[in-house]
Amino acid sequence: MITGHLPILLLIMPLLAAPLCVLLHRDILSWFLALLVFLGVFAGAWALLGSVLEIEVWRYTIGAWESPWGIELYVDSLNAFVLVIVASIGAASLLFARQSVASEIAADRTYLFYSALLLNLTGLIGVILTGDAFNLFVFIEISSLSGYALISLGRKRLALYAAYRYLILGTVGATFILIGVGLLYVVTGTLNLQDIGVRIADVSADRTLATAICFLLIGLSMKLALFPLHVWLPAAYSAAPSVVSVFLAGTTTKVFIYVLIRYVFDIFGLDTIRGILPLGDILVLLSMLAILYGSWMAIVRSSIKSILAYSSVAQIGYMVLGIGLFTRTGLTASILHMFNHALIKSALFMAAACLIYRLGTDRLEDLRNSSGCMPWTRAAFVLGGFSLIGVPGTVGFLSKWYLLQATIESGNWPALAVMIIGSLMAVVYFWKIVEAFYFRQPAQDTGEKMTEAPLMMLAPLWLLILANIYFGIDTDLTLDSITLAVSSLAGL
Amino acid sequence: MSMQTLLLLTLALPLLGAALILLTASRPKLRDSITLVISVLLFLVVFLIYQEPDTVHPARLDLFEPLPGLRFALEVEALGMLFALIASFLWIITSVYAIGYMRSNQESNQTRFFSCFAVAIAATMGVAFSANLFSLFLFYEVLTLSTYPLVAHSQSDLARRAGRVYLGILLGASFALFLPAIVWTWVLAGQVDFTPGGVFDVPVSNSVILALLLLYLFGIGKAAVMPFHAWLPAAMVAPTPVSALLHAVAVVKAGVFSIVKVAVYIFGEETLSAAGVTDWIVYLAGFTIITASLIALYQDNLKKRLAYSTISQLSYVVIATFLIAPVSILAAALHIAAHAFGKITLFFAAGAIYTAHHKTEVSQLDGIGRQMPLTMIAFAIASLSMIGVPPTAGFISKWYLLNGAFEMQSYFVIAIIVTSTLLNAAYFLPIVYAAFFKSSADTEFHEAPWTLVLPILMTAFACLLVFFFPDRLIHLTQLIAF
Repeated sequence: MITGHLPILLLIMPLLAAPLCVLLHRDILSWFLALLVFLGVFAGAWALLGSVLEIEVWRYTIGAWESPWGIELYVDSLNAFVLVIVASIGAASLLFARQSVASEIAADRTYLFYSALLLNLTGLIGVILTGDAFNLFVFIEISSLSGYALISLGRKRLALYAAYRYLILGTVGATFILIGVGLLYVVTGTLNLQDIGVRIADVSADRTLATAICFLLIGLSMKLALFPLHVWLPAAYSAAPSVVSVFLAGTTTKVFIYVLIRYVFDIFGLDTIRGILPLGDILVLLSMLAILYGSWMAIVRSSIKSILAYSSVAQIGYMVLGIGLFTRTGLTASILHMFNHALIKSALFMAAACLIYRLGTDRLEDLRNSSGCMPWTRAAFVLGGFSLIGVPGTVGFLSKWYLLQATIESGNWPALAVMIIGSLMAVVYFWKIVEAFYFRQPAQDTGEKMTEAPLMMLAPLWLLILANIYFGIDTDLTLDSITLAVSSLAGL
Repeated sequence: MSMQTLLLLTLALPLLGAALILLTASRPKLRDSITLVISVLLFLVVFLIYQEPDTVHPARLDLFEPLPGLRFALEVEALGMLFALIASFLWIITSVYAIGYMRSNQESNQTRFFSCFAVAIAATMGVAFSANLFSLFLFYEVLTLSTYPLVAHSQSDLARRAGRVYLGILLGASFALFLPAIVWTWVLAGQVDFTPGGVFDVPVSNSVILALLLLYLFGIGKAAVMPFHAWLPAAMVAPTPVSALLHAVAVVKAGVFSIVKVAVYIFGEETLSAAGVTDWIVYLAGFTIITASLIALYQDNLKKRLAYSTISQLSYVVIATFLIAPVSILAAALHIAAHAFGKITLFFAAGAIYTAHHKTEVSQLDGIGRQMPLTMIAFAIASLSMIGVPPTAGFISKWYLLNGAFEMQSYFVIAIIVTSTLLNAAYFLPIVYAAFFKSSADTEFHEAPWTLVLPILMTAFACLLVFFFPDRLIHLTQLIAF
């Protein structure tokens, strides 16, 4: 019986656990509760994906009120797959979190941290699963507000500034989305996403619809940090507590890219979009700029988390590029890269967190003085970096292969050139870190031998690194879900 | 043992070796004996594979399939067999040499050195036995990445800069040109398996073929066709055993080997001769041969001179491949072997001279033949092989290459070969002359330690051996299906 309510359970578990965390108060208890919930969501997400792969679509009506009057959760292979990404990264982050959080966040605030993290997860799951346009906005706000709080807990004062900036821009983005949803309601008279998709075909392309779509797209671009609306991301990722960087880098932007895909391909449909604006060209152009700008900034930065953050701006460019091509291969590449990049970036941020835990710094200048210590963390970082630059045998290579194939197939040579340049720039910024790790003579020999990061941090880190390799080799699961998802989307 | 197991062992043995070397870091003697044992075992495995020539049902090992139709697979094929035999055989000799060299020169980070060396050998075996472009590309990249720590080994500013050039060109070219070429081939032909006769069933326009050819030619930067050659001289900052085995044999041969594989098994004779685009490749390679030889003339640093000689010799293989005559493919394969034995000897000698006398420049070598007669006799034999004088291995490959050039009536290639032979003589013979006939104050006998001299003699002897007993080699190369 309970399995019949799986979608709503996934939402309720973290939502209820968040206040429970506050009640528990003790830091270890709140961590343990959060871990249990994250693991539960992890198991549930995989189960959900499994069942959706069989039945294709699962429309869960809340309170058994039929849609379009009632609110429904809409699960197909696309968002079940995205949910698996979020749940997996979440579970790994929580396994990893305990010691890193204890070292970075005051003990009397730890329970608030886990509570906010649970709320953030609730919001993300809600955004993924909901079939209702207004609920989508509500869940976006839940995840965003808790996200601002999480980021502001960072060690440095920069964190406050970063969180404030994210708060302003994020709110602007969310407001744009809300305005878009409101206008859509004016045009179609419904808030159910699938219902909007059905009715929008009858709406003649008038100015209200065009405005609605533009507001929505701009709001989403802000949330998913597409250049030039990415300005909140680098500071937020690099100033946030290490665990928050790990979690957000693997989840938030991916979720909003999913929402973009859902709206463009499923709700609006390519025909409607094409009648209003040349979205494909715009997305391709912006993503090309994102790739070049993000990679360049990553090259000139000098601390690991900052490099990784700007690298994310570039990587988001790759994902959006795949969407903008408006082809099957392109969309497959994009979704595949969502999964792959989550594995890559979370692993790299974990390695950075290990370094910060032991050395207290992630600046490249300081790392050279500690060469020789933490061999496992460094090795993990190097392997993760190989995946980032797309060495074959890792997930990063598959993303690259698909993206290359997509651009070659659609004959988009400028995009191909930018992709190639971007991948070369990735080598440059990754290699800066490798040189600092292994090939610099220490400025002064401190003499002290630093120990390796604790096992509870190393184990999840290596788990993700091995996943990077495993899913680079065995792609049955990822490609099956993605193929099904892509073929279910209209217009391709 | 089944062939599949043997194939897997060619990868697993050196990787296991690398792991064991890391684990025994604190016990240098044990660590170095692991290198030796593994290298001997690896050669035995490769030799066992060679002993079972079944060309009808070539042994094949499918490991995994990341994308539908894109398999990670190994396969035994004549050219790869030849490459694997050479590389694994020379690894044994180089191991002896490397242990002697690293100890005599008290190099740091020896554990990292030997383990990366072993990984590089595993990657070389993988390149040799790859059944398609995807697997080849994988090992090609691993080879680049595993040799980078060897180039940047000393961690000095110079080494780090050289490492950047090395990685920048090799990784950059492979990401920017080689991989797009592979994906483009995949989009056009629907597969990237090495297939006798090529993969292009559907007609593809000549301009696309030319574009693809150029992408492959330059993307496979390890073949060092100009202007993608600068990494090779830069890599000379590495300890000499690295220059000897990796940058005269394994890495550079992986480059030209890949080009031959692509020409023969991806494009195929028919596509290439029908497209008629190979002239451009021949001109590019010819230009590289002459230019690199001219630069070599002016290098005073011995290892740099050898490096430019390598660049020029690699383009021999490229030119031989794109003459598209069956006999010239033979020449290409034979030249991979002949150049390997000759050039490794020359680098060994350079390393021995450095170890015994700390001399690195050609102008310092006056009269050194009296101090190090064994080393310099070997050097002379290898030089003759480079020039192509009988009775050395170089003569045989050059003979077949000229045969091919005459058969195709390519007077351009004949002119290139003749000119470059003269240039080869011009930059090698003065060294030999100075070593034996110029006088110097020091005439006391002072050879490098025996662990260095013995390998030199063995590889020099191999140069002669190939000339007198070429049958097996030629038989193997004749199996390459063109």
